[in-house]
Amino acid sequence: MIVPWGEEELVQGNEAIAMGAIASEIDLFAGYPITPSSEIAEILSRYLPALGKKWIQMEDEIASISAIIGGSLAGAKAMTATSGPGFSLMQEGLGYACMTEVPIVIVNVMRAGPSTGLPTQAAQGDVMQARWGTHGDHPVIAMVPCSVRECFDLTVRAFNLAECFRTPVLLLADEIVGHMRERIAFPGEDEVEIKCQPEPDVPIEWYEHYHPTASNVSPMARFGTGYRFHVTGLTHDAHGFPTRKVEEVMAKLGRLKHKITRRLDELEDVRLHGLEDSKVVIFAYGSVYRSALAAQQILAEEGMKVGVFRPVTIWPFPDVTAKKYLDDKEVVIVPELNQGQIIHEVERVTLDAVRIVPVQRIDGYQITPEQIVEQIGEVV
Amino acid sequence: MKYAEIRLSGAGGQGLGLAGRVLAETAINDGYNVCQTQSYGPEARGGASRTDVIVSQDEILYPMCRELDVLLAMNQPSADKFGEFVKEDGFSLVDSTYVDQPPAGNVYEYTFTRTSKESFGTPLVANMIALGMMGALTKYFGLDAWRQAIMKSVAEKYTEMNLEAFELGHRNGREILHVKEGRVDLAYDRKQPVPDWLKKIRERQKGQ
Repeated sequence: MIVPWGEEELVQGNEAIAMGAIASEIDLFAGYPITPSSEIAEILSRYLPALGKKWIQMEDEIASISAIIGGSLAGAKAMTATSGPGFSLMQEGLGYACMTEVPIVIVNVMRAGPSTGLPTQAAQGDVMQARWGTHGDHPVIAMVPCSVRECFDLTVRAFNLAECFRTPVLLLADEIVGHMRERIAFPGEDEVEIKCQPEPDVPIEWYEHYHPTASNVSPMARFGTGYRFHVTGLTHDAHGFPTRKVEEVMAKLGRLKHKITRRLDELEDVRLHGLEDSKVVIFAYGSVYRSALAAQQILAEEGMKVGVFRPVTIWPFPDVTAKKYLDDKEVVIVPELNQGQIIHEVERVTLDAVRIVPVQRIDGYQITPEQIVEQIGEVV
Repeated sequence: MKYAEIRLSGAGGQGLGLAGRVLAETAINDGYNVCQTQSYGPEARGGASRTDVIVSQDEILYPMCRELDVLLAMNQPSADKFGEFVKEDGFSLVDSTYVDQPPAGNVYEYTFTRTSKESFGTPLVANMIALGMMGALTKYFGLDAWRQAIMKSVAEKYTEMNLEAFELGHRNGREILHVKEGRVDLAYDRKQPVPDWLKKIRERQKGQ
């Protein structure tokens, strides 16, 4: 038994991601190891061949993402794992997977950049790259774990969402979460739901690879099952062949957008703490969320109420929920391990009357609760 | 103990990663929540690398160490770098094989590496001797919790040597306490016959 179902264990974040992938019945891992994500590749290399699954070390990250796209088209549940420098190289393949609507999971354990940066210390510098790194308008689903248990849960969720939305899903862990070991309780095997793409149920000659449906996601046939379809990064029609007809182009790009924007309720995942009766809110995601909670606790001991708003799914951004809870606040503190990325999203969705205050750190170390408390003391 | 921050530091290769895992497993065996982090910088290959373990009865929010209850420094650079983070009522434990200028504050010194070489013919179990001494000095966790953690974390081939190294450190730690406090309240003594868990391991190894 590789995943210790229902047991308590001391587990590392990266290990939990690997176990989450195995729990999700991963068929193919292709990657190019890079710290701080290497343990994911290492652990999967130990287990996948024994399970009769495929594990390939590719020559680089472009090849890695291409390999899992190919694997997924042939019916494999596929994942790769990397860090900032590798994630940059994967952008081309990421766009291709968005356009061709191929379900894959990409784990980016973020480290301090730009370029090779600070090997290997923590950062949250890739959240905007995750959203806009690949060119053109495209859908993105990205989640940010804050603990080892979440590394497991969100990996499972990432596979499920990739299948349900026929799109790449990103897991943006950071070095702190990836390398942290915690005592966690694994869920029971029956508590974890594994979702798969429905098989097409139409006769072979009727099959359309990009058939318009109410959910904007069409059942996807896999290569080798008798169904015929064409795959290209060029804007394509329902069969997958290149097209420049206005109505077909608009239909394709509209579907790409709407399959995410019209099902936001399935994607949104936020954690709210003490938002009702506080005028100050800390808006934090990923490992920084834990500093925010600790800061909230410190301030509570001193008699000051502060709320914490945390998006677990960072893309699509929880516009409506954030606006609902933040518009009546006086100050929103946005701590981030970068020079200001998500803070602009918070500014975008909230009223001008709300004062948005950054707490930023880019030296590779975690923002301490005291730093947040100090900043709150200065502005309130 | 409700909450403690422990840092194990030294040069890369002194076995601090393993020691950190053993410490974390021990705390779990005694029912605590644990969060362990580790430095992955170039210093992981020399200089001052560190493993931090936070042990708490409550949920651990902030996962990094701020004020240390215990610092283990296995070389001079880490004693210099991390000594200042030890709390006033905390203590440092240094390997005097390599550290000749211990940090200020409460300090215990012991020749972990030299003793490891002399007693076991290898410097590799200096980490376990250090853990043993730390275990005795802190009294945070029970002996059984430590033993089970070592048996779980160390490759089977080396379990016995690691356990013996731990015992040696623990014994010396209790002697230090004995001098300091005049008594040792742990029902454990060097005159004790070979314990059952050690017999089992020896039998298992003979059988192979």
